[in-house]
Amino acid sequence: MTEVFFFALAVFTVAAALLVVLARNIVHSAVALIFSFCGVAGIYVLLDAEFLAAVQVLIYVGGITILLLFAIMLTTRIASGAEVFNEQVGASAVVAVGTTAILIYASLVGIQISGQAPATRETTSTLGRLLLTTHVLPFEVASVLLLAAMVGAIILARREGE
Amino acid sequence: MIPLSYYLTLGALLFGVGMFGALTRRNAIAILMAVELMLNAVNVNFIALSRYLPNSTLDGQVFAIFVITVAAAEAAVGLAIVLGLYRNFKTVNVDEINLMKW
Repeated sequence: MTEVFFFALAVFTVAAALLVVLARNIVHSAVALIFSFCGVAGIYVLLDAEFLAAVQVLIYVGGITILLLFAIMLTTRIASGAEVFNEQVGASAVVAVGTTAILIYASLVGIQISGQAPATRETTSTLGRLLLTTHVLPFEVASVLLLAAMVGAIILARREGE
Repeated sequence: MIPLSYYLTLGALLFGVGMFGALTRRNAIAILMAVELMLNAVNVNFIALSRYLPNSTLDGQVFAIFVITVAAAEAAVGLAIVLGLYRNFKTVNVDEINLMKW
């Protein structure tokens, strides 16, 4: 039963990702991106990472795609009919397919792990404890990074001379 | 039970799709979307390995949280840069922004 869910979610996620990359209309890309993120959130649930699934939906689906849609509305002339790919499509396809093949080969041959580790109970509270004990320094650095990104984004997006 | 390699293969496929998009799209916002796809693929691998490695704590999930943080910061700054580009060049197609190109 889990396999059925996994394959359904995997096909859904990859198909939505392909639509993101191949869609000629940039708004269609953004909407397909929402579906791809939701599929990845489902994969997280299958991996017993409920907290990260919720975070994925809140931040990616609720935050980043809305931000992207705002930027699209502010900048692009939608459905302008212009060419959406640059002239290096062929070479890029070769590079992307090659990289994917190498990654799949490496993960099939290089990593031999049979069987799951026992599931951690109470993922969320364990994660919170880890963030404030073992990983407290990266946690604080991340807060500084977010502050710097916020200030930087405001300064970059502000009009000159205001 | 699903083998670990299925998850890693899914991550590799998502990464490849995102890489193709980042290399070929002309619209800067579409490139940002493709980069987000690649970051998602990395997160799938982190969480899958954190679930399957023996004696693992939840360190993989903690790393995934940091990746999401960095992705959010990257999206905010990247879109601010795109807005600035549009204001100066009236286009967001990266191959038309070639002032400093040979």
